[in-house]
Amino acid sequence: MDESWTKAKAVFAILAIPPVFWLLAFFLIPLGVIWGYSFGENKSLTEIAVNGTFSNYVHAIKPLYLGIILKSFWFAAVTTVLCLIVGFPVAIAITFATEKSKAWLLLLIMLPFWTNLLIRTYALMAVLRTEGYINFTLAFFWNGLSGLTGLLGHPLGAFQPLELLHNNFAVVFGLVYVQLPFMVLPLYAALDRLDRSLLEASLDLGAGHLTTFRRVVVPLATPGIVSGVLVTLIPSIGAYLTPDLLGGPSSQMIANVIERQFKTANDWPFGAALSFLLMYMTFLAIAVQAIVSRNRRARD
Amino acid sequence: MRPVPGPVRSSRRSLLAGLGAAAAGLSFAGLDGCASRGPIGANGEERKLNLYNWDTYTGKTTLSDFKAATGISVRMSLFATNDELFAKLKAGNPGFDVIVPSNEYVTRFRIAELLMPLDHAKIPNRVNLLPGFVNPPFDPGRRYSMPYTWLVLGIGYRKSKMDGVPDSWKWVMDSPRYSGRIGVFSEADDMIELGAKYLGHSVRDIPAALIDRVAEMYIRQKPHIKIFHHDEGQDLLLSGDIDIVMEYNGDIAQVMLEDPDLDFVVPREGSILNSDCLCIPKGAPRPDNAHQFINFILDGHNGAEIYQTIKYPTANAAALALMPPDYRDNPVIFPPPEVMARCEYADFEGLDRAHLFDETVTRIFAA
Repeated sequence: MDESWTKAKAVFAILAIPPVFWLLAFFLIPLGVIWGYSFGENKSLTEIAVNGTFSNYVHAIKPLYLGIILKSFWFAAVTTVLCLIVGFPVAIAITFATEKSKAWLLLLIMLPFWTNLLIRTYALMAVLRTEGYINFTLAFFWNGLSGLTGLLGHPLGAFQPLELLHNNFAVVFGLVYVQLPFMVLPLYAALDRLDRSLLEASLDLGAGHLTTFRRVVVPLATPGIVSGVLVTLIPSIGAYLTPDLLGGPSSQMIANVIERQFKTANDWPFGAALSFLLMYMTFLAIAVQAIVSRNRRARD
Repeated sequence: MRPVPGPVRSSRRSLLAGLGAAAAGLSFAGLDGCASRGPIGANGEERKLNLYNWDTYTGKTTLSDFKAATGISVRMSLFATNDELFAKLKAGNPGFDVIVPSNEYVTRFRIAELLMPLDHAKIPNRVNLLPGFVNPPFDPGRRYSMPYTWLVLGIGYRKSKMDGVPDSWKWVMDSPRYSGRIGVFSEADDMIELGAKYLGHSVRDIPAALIDRVAEMYIRQKPHIKIFHHDEGQDLLLSGDIDIVMEYNGDIAQVMLEDPDLDFVVPREGSILNSDCLCIPKGAPRPDNAHQFINFILDGHNGAEIYQTIKYPTANAAALALMPPDYRDNPVIFPPPEVMARCEYADFEGLDRAHLFDETVTRIFAA
């Protein structure tokens, strides 16, 4: 295998041109421009002078902005934990399903990607709002029940709709809904590779189901868990649409602040600095995680 | 009877605003390529016009009428916010002939030297303007802009849920009475400027100490505020999510047609006036067509056709005269003069000011 492609270097190079061009032209160069802006200053409404200043970063590490980043991280962490709790049983169920239903179940997991995120979020709003589908259904049953108890002389009183939209609950709910497939798929990939005979051995040798899960399944699924956590956590920290549409007065996340810098506030250098601050932090967290896991492997 | 739950309606700005980011890069790829040139008109310009406008902001036959009258076909593209408009043009005009910024952004465009001065000789219909719109503070002498509509911010509310008419900003900014049912506009400038107005100051030249007082007031009020909305206040009001909201008169006038329990008032402290204006950006490929278009819109009949559809207040006396009484005498579309006397235009006061306002609302949202 190795030999075959080293021999065909020319073919490899030609095949590599489009993706490399794409990566450069549409990712690295624009990213570089924004990175440059983060060391710049507004000269007028339309001009930015990149003069190597650190003032944007100094501004970005004010407690106000660090607090918002921390809060975004907290939202993302809660989302990730919930996704893990919900996603693990789902991944196990798919792993143990028959070959035929497996394909269908995976399709169901991926189905939401066929619809634009914005449209799905608007649909969630219609479900959660004060006069939305959930409250509509609850009111229907409440009124039915109230009618029954009314016959006995004790009506239940008017239905109080649940406040489900425009608060932090709605934001976490929306984030879990959006991110769940990103958790389930890597978990499934890890669990599907798992050698079933190890589970049988564990059960045969006297471990209960819980012990088997804890000491055999989870350690073997760790790579899946780690990648699932990363691909859930990182996009959640930078979530913009979900807090914007589902959130309440205290649901501002860092991406909403960044968005305003590029729009109303017209402060691109500061918005760029905030974006990159977030990126530096994410890189740092991944690096720390990598070092920790390498040390642990080295000890084992 | 309120509507049963259903998908959220799109309005002038909300849905498009969300999609805008995704669509921004795509919509203009082939706006004015070197491809086919169409027929040339008597003025030596191609018989085409690129109009960049708000959504749901023309009459049903406006563009086809213009084509019938002049032979010029209009291609209209839509923007959702002034920021989107400004961002699109600040790197150079991609080929628009006419744009429709709001007053404050007329100032921004002017400062950034992105507008072409208007040739008044080509716009004889400017005599139709109402006297109050001939010489506005944001464009003295109307050198760069002609008014399309105007708007005023006020309070939209559900009559059956209020104790009397909520004719003070107090009920949204500074009182627990309607706790949990209040919507506040999330635009930084509008929030801070209206807060200052409520506390007795003009919406212009607000001192730093007063900005802090306004921020403290909103932070105190936050537990009672249900949502800081993005100009979809009329939809939230209609769907019953909130009962009292800071919003534009034109937006509330539209939903009042669907629900008679809704109403609108401009608070007694006064408010902010806005005016969306027709301008020609620098680098417009067909400036003479653009002048023809602006003159066409300012014609009484053509104007009336637009306002019949969009229900926004007009700045055009000739069009107003042709409108039915349910528009002309509608106190929501045209609040009484003594109320209007206490309203003023906000002004663009520089980037530092915009940054300060933004940081202040960031602080309020984060508190």
